[in-house]
Amino acid sequence: MEKAKADNFSITERKDFILTKGRQKDQLRCGEDSIAGVVSQRACVYCGARVVLNPVTDAVHLVHGPVGCASYTWDIRGSLSSGSDLYRFSFSTDLKEHDVIFGGEKKLTLAIAELAQKYNPKLIFVYSTCIIGVIGDDLEAVCKAASKKYKVEVIPVQSSGFAGNKSAGYRAACDALLRLIEPKTIEPGFYKEKRKKSINYLGDFNLAGEVWIIKNYLKQIGIDVNVAFTGDSSYEALKKATGASLNIVQCAGSMIYLANKMDELYGIPYLNVSFLGIEDTAGSLRKIAKFFNDLEIMRKTEELIKNEKTKVSAVIQFYRERLTGKKAAIYVGGGFKAISLIKQFKEIGIDVVMIGTQTGRREEYETINDMVDDGTVILDDANPSELEKFMMEKGAHLLVGGVKERPLAYKLGMAFIDHNHDRKHPLSGFVGAVNFAEEVYSTVCSPVWNYVTGTGAAFPAPQRAKII
Amino acid sequence: MQKEATYCRNVNENPCNMCMPMGGILPFKGVEKSMVIIHGSQGCSTYMRRHIAEHFNEPIDVASSSLNEKGTIYGGESSLKKSFDNVIKVYNPGLIGVLTTCLAETIGEDIERITSEYIKERGLGDLPVVTVSTPGYGGTHTEGYFLALRRIIVRLARRTEKHSKINVIIPNLSPADIREIKRILRLMKVECTLCPDFSDTLDRPFARPYTKVPEGGTKLADIAGMPGAAATIQMGLTVEDSISPGRYLEAGFGVPLYDVPIPMGIENTDLFLNLLQQLTGNPLPECLEQERGRLLDCMIDSHKYNFQGRSVIFGEPENVYAITRTCMENGLFPVVVATGGKSNKLAELLKIELSEHHGEVHILNEADFSQIREKSREVAANIAIGHSDGRYLTEREGIPLVRHGFPIHDRVGGQRLLSVGYVGTTMFLDRVTNTLLENKYNNYRSLMYQEFYQNNGDANIYFKE
Repeated sequence: MEKAKADNFSITERKDFILTKGRQKDQLRCGEDSIAGVVSQRACVYCGARVVLNPVTDAVHLVHGPVGCASYTWDIRGSLSSGSDLYRFSFSTDLKEHDVIFGGEKKLTLAIAELAQKYNPKLIFVYSTCIIGVIGDDLEAVCKAASKKYKVEVIPVQSSGFAGNKSAGYRAACDALLRLIEPKTIEPGFYKEKRKKSINYLGDFNLAGEVWIIKNYLKQIGIDVNVAFTGDSSYEALKKATGASLNIVQCAGSMIYLANKMDELYGIPYLNVSFLGIEDTAGSLRKIAKFFNDLEIMRKTEELIKNEKTKVSAVIQFYRERLTGKKAAIYVGGGFKAISLIKQFKEIGIDVVMIGTQTGRREEYETINDMVDDGTVILDDANPSELEKFMMEKGAHLLVGGVKERPLAYKLGMAFIDHNHDRKHPLSGFVGAVNFAEEVYSTVCSPVWNYVTGTGAAFPAPQRAKII
Repeated sequence: MQKEATYCRNVNENPCNMCMPMGGILPFKGVEKSMVIIHGSQGCSTYMRRHIAEHFNEPIDVASSSLNEKGTIYGGESSLKKSFDNVIKVYNPGLIGVLTTCLAETIGEDIERITSEYIKERGLGDLPVVTVSTPGYGGTHTEGYFLALRRIIVRLARRTEKHSKINVIIPNLSPADIREIKRILRLMKVECTLCPDFSDTLDRPFARPYTKVPEGGTKLADIAGMPGAAATIQMGLTVEDSISPGRYLEAGFGVPLYDVPIPMGIENTDLFLNLLQQLTGNPLPECLEQERGRLLDCMIDSHKYNFQGRSVIFGEPENVYAITRTCMENGLFPVVVATGGKSNKLAELLKIELSEHHGEVHILNEADFSQIREKSREVAANIAIGHSDGRYLTEREGIPLVRHGFPIHDRVGGQRLLSVGYVGTTMFLDRVTNTLLENKYNNYRSLMYQEFYQNNGDANIYFKE
């Protein structure tokens, strides 16, 4: 048999996960397991859980499994803390062959004992990895016994890598967080009196201080943030999550489950928000003000929006003039970020020609479809060859993505925006919108692109030397 | 003063090594037109791609068989076969590597059987597939590297007629280092098969159009011919025999094996060039002698600064040994030498190497960064040499870090770091010496002020050992 010829589109199973707006009527397929061998950009259940829980600053994050999983996730994220920095350590039970054969429970017990003694933490998250699910360690039992013995809350996180995708990890993390919140249930109406104008902020991981930026805005309009899930959060603060009268949810992909649960268990309603871009930030602040139905809050909100917009509008205008007409490709983790980015690009005059996510949900893809122009390619769980194909076909000038996508963009001679958890600059709020525009400008308008025309490596055709 | 150890025994706190399949990917990237499939859950390949991409600043395409719950319960055979199909369709590779993971090994996947079945079913007899058993719990990324390399050679090597080429087995070096070794081999007029060779594939020049599988890498035909070579030079003094590619060629085909250290430092480079002269009879070209002279000049220029260095060296065993030796010959005596895995050979080598040491030195086997940090503080280390995770020592203990090895993920240019040969050693030494100097310039005014002005010489800052 002759070897099949290399071709992007020969993987027929991928076809339903890609659509061009205006050309197909069918819905985009999403939320399914990745197809074997297509080089998906997705990570695993453990990754999802670790991303969500890692910003809990004073917790010990113990990964139960072989060393790799802890090694690859040691202090790689840009979440900041105003207190403890224990979360920046990565602990592993470092299971070896012997443990895999005879079980890892004993080692886990000893590990927790040592960590409890050394750090005296109030909270230990124990993450399960692939093999734990297979060798059958009873995480629940070990954690329970250790909790009792060392007077520390030890919470198992059911994050065996193969048991679903990254979204399953978000859910495992939310389940772990739910176990922290006290009381476990409340009578309806119990908090009606007690709850003040205080909110929980779900789905912000305080990358480069983003939670702090939003907290400041909310403070200015007269609203306190009770606790953020999970950026710059602590054991004590998370426990008191039921003290808020509203949950606002930014990264819905990871936190909508927790928001629903808190609504169900504690009667705390939630609002979807986004603080990425000027339009979304202003809209979200207004939405929150409206919820409290308080004239003073509404007045202060309008004042803040007006002041902040005044501060940034000239800068944004500067970049807009220079960027208008450029075309962007987006490939990010979740749907909320993708949706916000479409608006953000519009603010600086850029059209989106390709957009995809690793774990977007159906309703998010519907919103995306409504927002983008005809001809825009929308794709779920893409891989490098699809990204390459559509970015080139659509003539994208820049890509927004994570660490793995960056070198691909650069190798294609394309500008790139880091929109991942590793970044060291905030992209939230009005200040974030300026940072974003500045970053787009810095990469799209860099002089380096003047030198990478044509085939790149080849020496340019001889020209008469200029005499200066 | 011996402080009580507070590091944990049953916890790895801030790991100093990675897992086997991570290391296994790298040699495949140095073989012509190859692609890798990680047989396991989706996350493994993604984490590893992320780390490798960040170090080399190159797109790293590695497929995953994306094992899910069903695959874990009923076996991953169909997932792996589908992976083969899809990888062949999109990448049209000349060779496929299959690396296992914790998960695949624990559920007992027989990748050898699945692979040969697949090849038969699809009639792909001419497509070489290399299977490697790399459970994450089975060893470090270094062991994964050498095992995968050995398996590549085992799969491709053919009994051929004797020829005069020399096999050169390359450990996990930077592409710049590999290019320098190739230059030296060219200067010495050595005909060789260098394996693996990711000097182009993981550090490609900007060029259009983009190709999914980069040009370069050791040619499959050359690997096939390795058993006929006159000798194997393997930069793998610390490699255990069971995973040693050179040992395989020696035992299986009688190719004489010369295990040498990475040619970093004057002694190691001399050793390498001596061996090349001995094997080929070719003389040392004048330009290499000049490079040696410049290195000597550099060593003399910097020797007093270097003498003030108290280094902590960590990373992969082969690198650790080469750095230690380079530090020793420059009077930059190590105070802590550590590796994340268990390396008996390194421990033996270090014992001999450090016998010339002027003071106290701690060798840490199976170390994590918690131990390395504690020892470094205890013995007042003032410079660290190793991969990016050592930034932890800078942040927590103020010990400046000279980045070297893999991975370098918080700075650019890991792929361009040159440290081998006389030229590379000179550049490495300058990086080290300048780091010591920078630290000195930053601190000496305030130190002297505190010691002699504020505290009448009683603060013991200056006389701290």
